[in-house]
Formats: sequence, C-alpha cells, structure tokens
Amino acid sequence: MENMVQVFLMGKKYEVPDNLTIMGAMEYAGYQLVRGCGCRNGFCGACATIYRIKGDQELKACLACQTKVENNMYVATLPFFPLVKEVYDIEKVRPTEQIMMQLYPEIYACIGCNACTKSCTQGLNVMQYIAYAQRGEYEKCAEESFDCVMCGVCSSRCPAGISHPQVAMLARRLNGKYLAPKSAHLADRVQEIKDGTFKELLESLMQKPLSEMQELYNHREIEK
Amino acid sequence: MYTNEMMESMKKVAAAREANAAFEPRRMTAEEKDTLLKTYHPDYKEGEFAVLQIGPNKGDKVPTELAALLQANPRVSPAEIDLSKVDYDVDVLIIGGGGAGASAAIEADNNGASTMIVTKLRMGDANTMMAEGGIQAADKPNDSPAIHYLDAFGGGHFAAKPELLYKLVTEAPEAIQWLNDLGVEFDKDADGTMITTHGGGTSRKRMHAAKDYSGAEIMRTLRDEVLNRQIPVVDFTAAIELILDEQGKAAGAVLLNMETQEILIARAKTVIIATGGAGRLHYQGFPTSNHYGATADGLVLGYRAGAKLLYADTLQYHPTGAAYPEQIFGALVTEKVRSLGAKLINVNGEAFMHPLETRDVSAASIIRECSDRGNGVHTPDGIGVWLDTPMIELKGGEGTIEKRIPAMMRMFGKYGIDIRKEPILVYPTLHYQNGGLDISADGMTGVENLYVAGEAVGGIHGRNRLMGNSLLDIIVFGRNAGQHASEKAKEVTLGALSLSHVDAFTKEMADAGITTDVVSPKLLPDYRRKK
Repeated sequence: MENMVQVFLMGKKYEVPDNLTIMGAMEYAGYQLVRGCGCRNGFCGACATIYRIKGDQELKACLACQTKVENNMYVATLPFFPLVKEVYDIEKVRPTEQIMMQLYPEIYACIGCNACTKSCTQGLNVMQYIAYAQRGEYEKCAEESFDCVMCGVCSSRCPAGISHPQVAMLARRLNGKYLAPKSAHLADRVQEIKDGTFKELLESLMQKPLSEMQELYNHREIEK
Repeated sequence: MYTNEMMESMKKVAAAREANAAFEPRRMTAEEKDTLLKTYHPDYKEGEFAVLQIGPNKGDKVPTELAALLQANPRVSPAEIDLSKVDYDVDVLIIGGGGAGASAAIEADNNGASTMIVTKLRMGDANTMMAEGGIQAADKPNDSPAIHYLDAFGGGHFAAKPELLYKLVTEAPEAIQWLNDLGVEFDKDADGTMITTHGGGTSRKRMHAAKDYSGAEIMRTLRDEVLNRQIPVVDFTAAIELILDEQGKAAGAVLLNMETQEILIARAKTVIIATGGAGRLHYQGFPTSNHYGATADGLVLGYRAGAKLLYADTLQYHPTGAAYPEQIFGALVTEKVRSLGAKLINVNGEAFMHPLETRDVSAASIIRECSDRGNGVHTPDGIGVWLDTPMIELKGGEGTIEKRIPAMMRMFGKYGIDIRKEPILVYPTLHYQNGGLDISADGMTGVENLYVAGEAVGGIHGRNRLMGNSLLDIIVFGRNAGQHASEKAKEVTLGALSLSHVDAFTKEMADAGITTDVVSPKLLPDYRRKK
C-alpha cells in the first residue's frame, strides 16, 4: 500500500505517494509540465526548485527530478532565472585575470556569505570556484565547477548579483582551449587524415565482400 | 530499502568480488550472439511491430507506437494556417536545440547564412546533455579510422551505409579537435595525451571523455558558442509541420508556441531536422534514459513531407539502466562504469558474461539472465542484475570512482547508495533510435533542401550503435548538415509556400482506410496520473 504525504505545490495542497520525486508528484497531481522539466535525470538543470519543510526556517534548493517529496513540503519551481550571459569571442579572449574583470566584474563584489554554496543543487563549493575565478585561477575554477548543471539557484540567492554558472562556463572554456595541455597525437592524426594517409586502406576495406568483412570483424585483435 | 533477497545476493557478490574481478569472461562467438539476439532482443519481438500502410516506407515494419504517430492526423488542419503571414524569414532553419542542431548552427553561421534554431523546450534540453560515457575517435598511434570503421560496421551488423560510416570515422579526430578548440574539456594526462578507454565492441581504447559528464560538457559549450554568436534561438516553440514550396522542396516550418499555443510561420531556404530520438514513446513498455522531449517528432515531420526512413525498426536498449531505486528507474548508468572495470553479476554472484560485448548483445544477455535462466535479482518493482561498481576501486585504486564517474556516484548517493562500496542493480532501458530519416553523405534527404542530423538520421550506425559513436555523429553530421545546408541556401530561390503535402497525406490515409484520433507530432509525453 502506498504511503501518502501532504505537499504544497506552489502553495496548493495535494496528497501524493511518499516514494515520488517532486517532479513525479507534480505529474501525479495533474500538472502537464512544459517548463521546469528537461532530462529528468539530473544533468540539464531545467527543474531547479526551492522548498521549505513546514516549521523549518531554512529555505532549501534542489532539482525536482532528483529529490523525493517529504511530508509538509512547500514547493516552488524556478524554471527560469535571468542569469547574465556576456557575449565574447573565444578566439580573441585570453585566460588572463583581466577577462573576468571585463566580462563579470560583479564577482569582485562577493561578500563571502556562502549562500551560493549552501544552495547548490549539485553540492558544489560555489563560493570557492568564484574565488578561483577572481584570482584568474581558471584551471581550479574549471575543476571545482565541473559538475555544474547551470540551474541558476546559486544566482537566485546571491546578494551581489553574480551569475555563477556563466562565470564558471567561461573559466572552463578558457581552461579547455588555452590552459589544458595540447594533445600532440590528436593533431598528428588530423594531419594524417588530411594527407590522405588512410584513404586507400579504408577504401579497400569497404570494397571487401560481406563474408570477408565478417571474417575480419569476428577475428579482429582486441586491445587489452 | 533492500529486500532480504537483495541483501543475501549482495553478500554473495561481495564474497566473489576478488575472484570475479580477476576473472576474464570469454567473449561470445558470432553464432552465439546471433541466437541470443533472435531469442531475447526486443527488436525481434514480432508482435511489437506494425506494417506501414502509407507513405514512402509503405510495407515496412516499425514499432507499433511509431506507426501510430507516422499514420496520424496533423495537429492543425492546413486550412486553418495562413502561410502568407511570415513570422521568421531565414536562410537556414534548424529544428532542435541539441548537439546536432547547435553544431549545424555554428557551421551555418560560419558560412555567413542567417540561421535560426527552434526548439520545443530549451536549448540543450536534449539527449546530448545526458550522454555520459564519451566520444570515439581513432587518434591514438595503435588505432586508425579503418579499425574504427570495422568495429562500428561489425557492431552494427554490417548494415551501416558505407559512405556515412566512412565520414563518421575519418572526420572523428577533427571533430574532437574542433570541440577542444571551442574549449570543451577532455580527460588528459599531464602531457596532453587523451585518457581513452574501451566501450562495448571497440577493439581499441578510443573513448574520449570529460569525466561522466561528456555530453553535458559538449552541450553546454556548444550552447555557449551559439549564444556568443547571437544566433537566434526560439525556445519553447515546436515545429508541427514542414512547409514545402510548389515544387515540393523544403521551405520552412509551421511552429507552435508551447505555452501560448500561438501558430507561427518560419520561411527558410533550407531546413535541418535535428530533433533527436524517441525514448519517450516507451516502446514495448520499456523505461527510458532519454530526455523529456524525445518523441520522434522529426521522423513524423519528415515522413509526412515525403522523406524516407531507414532502419526505423531497430532500437537500442542500453544494457544498464538503473533498476533500483524506483525514483531513478530506467536512468542511464554509463557504459563507462564497465569500461573502468565493473562486471555484470547475477543473483548467485557469478560474472555471467564479458562486460564489454556490444549493447544489443549485452542487453539481450541480461534479459536472458533475468528470464529463462532465472538468475535475476528481484526488486520491489522489477528485476535486474548487479553491476559490481566496487570492482572499479579494486582495479583502479581508491578514488577512481569519484574522479572518473562523479555523476554516477551522485545519482545513487542521493538515495543512500555508495557505489564505491555497494554494487548497483541494472536492467536494459530504451536508449537510442538506431534508425531514422535516410540521408546521403551531404546530409540531405530525398526531399530537396531538407537535411537531417543527429539521432533523427538512420543508417550511420546500421542496426546497432557502439558507445561513443552518437556524440561523435551529432558533431560530424551536425557540422556537415550546417555546412551543406548553408551552401545550398545560397542558390535557392524560394517559391510559394505550401502545405498541400499534408492534405495529400491525409487523403492517402483516408484512401487506405486509416481512421484514428491520434494527432502528431507528439511533442511531449503525458505522465499525469490517469484519474
């Protein structure tokens, strides 16, 4: 038998089974979701949600698809948050401290309240990655922010108006493009293909009759 | 929480762990795989398919649920649509905001075309975002595009269109380079060497990854690039019909604002369908690893406009969907978990198969273990086999899981399961649409000026796809479609817009005696409780 709990979706009371996620509870209650629902698996950040358990002072944040309902849970979804996304040319920017000052100067107005970290739906140390961004330590910022799903809850809680996910996005692209070591074997292979190195080999393979292809496939050597 | 049966079985798994980790199960022979697939793979369940009665693929079989949408009524009757009031007028119209659509948009923009993306949810609400394990490319010295070709061709049962697969493997290294140059991060050693692993059916370690957020890292970077270029993205707007011109060439789409229900008209010189897969149709009642909008819309739009399907009868069931806990039932457990050393274990603690067979074979093998062999583990809501994740730490050392598959650790951690210490339960989940719209190497369908990219394409992979070849195909064929569609747009002079093909299709339905209440494209699944 299902155990039912009482939840308040956008303030309205519903009885739902206690094994449901918040997203499942909304659908159980009759919502046909358009906004606030994306991958349903914790990767896309579409279903940022704020909740409070009755009697508790703390306002918590989560992803609706990844969080079970609780009794007396007040739920408000945050399907869109107006983050600031600055436009830049990745070919022209460089991983200097100045670039953050130019594009996202508000990060230097961080008052260290740590509300971003406390609200992160992925459990990331958001304030720490902003500190790395302030110092131009983009490799560390990229690593610390890597699991960010850009749901925007951190920014909704920030008194300094920082768009943390966009700051981290810039840091990761700077790191991926300019700071991480280059892959020589990749550049070599791209050049070999341009030079037509594998063309003949591939074309002769493609012309083989099916039986020969099967033979080759079934007896190919597999790297340990 | 766990039942007694699950707890007892878990003890057996733990007791056999060291021996199982050291044990190398043999790979199946070609004949064994053949018999296994025919007996247990869902693609071979005759009763689950219907024969199409009308359209370009008349006489072909497709899943029953897809047939119902392909042979359905338009959402809005053409008589109610005013094509003279054009809301958007562009060179290249891209339908779909996933990895293929974004890649196409960037290349079309590079080529100077005015480009627009429409997407029924948000940019990046796509299966690309959820791809975890990685992306293939033969860029190591012991590997070559020819070896990659053979792996993919054989893994796909020798059914791939050779010219498409040739393109996929020869342009793979450049695709990785293109992504890296856009700032996509990859797992690398200190000297820059890509850290690569095996996937099911690969004969070389060519799986590149960004932890187990590979698709998310690619998608968010492509999205950022589209925004930097200020390419217009019209979100929460679905395409519900293609528009052709009087010569039958693609010339735009009828759009529907998902929130206000307003109808809008987009005129374009070329159109790219990049609408992705079909997991949310829940073929044969399977759960799915797919995102909310995966409802095969592009196949429906294209089919009604006269584009042919290829291999629409073949689906991929990912062997390892989460079978427990129920809140994440059907969610993807990346193949990378097995690449890193976890094996599949049955209720008795036995490693019953090689963990890196191709996906169709692995899925069929798990279904056999849970059905005829009676070696599945019963959960409160179903059945599954163990995926022994603690083996990863045995093999790779403590900390490997947190470093290489943090998303998996988090997904199960939220429900109190520490995958470093406990195995997890898995069962096949509907994952990928192997078939789709038929294209030539330039990305165009048989309908002139109509292009397709990404999961909506059929024929790149044949009848089964290898891990890591989908993230690759959305980049290679997304870029390809963007380049060709924008080039073709330069020579297109648009004629009068028309929806007469929709009327013709409706008439063909009536002539065939098909009467139905179903309207398509489906756009979104309906998960509301049936009261």
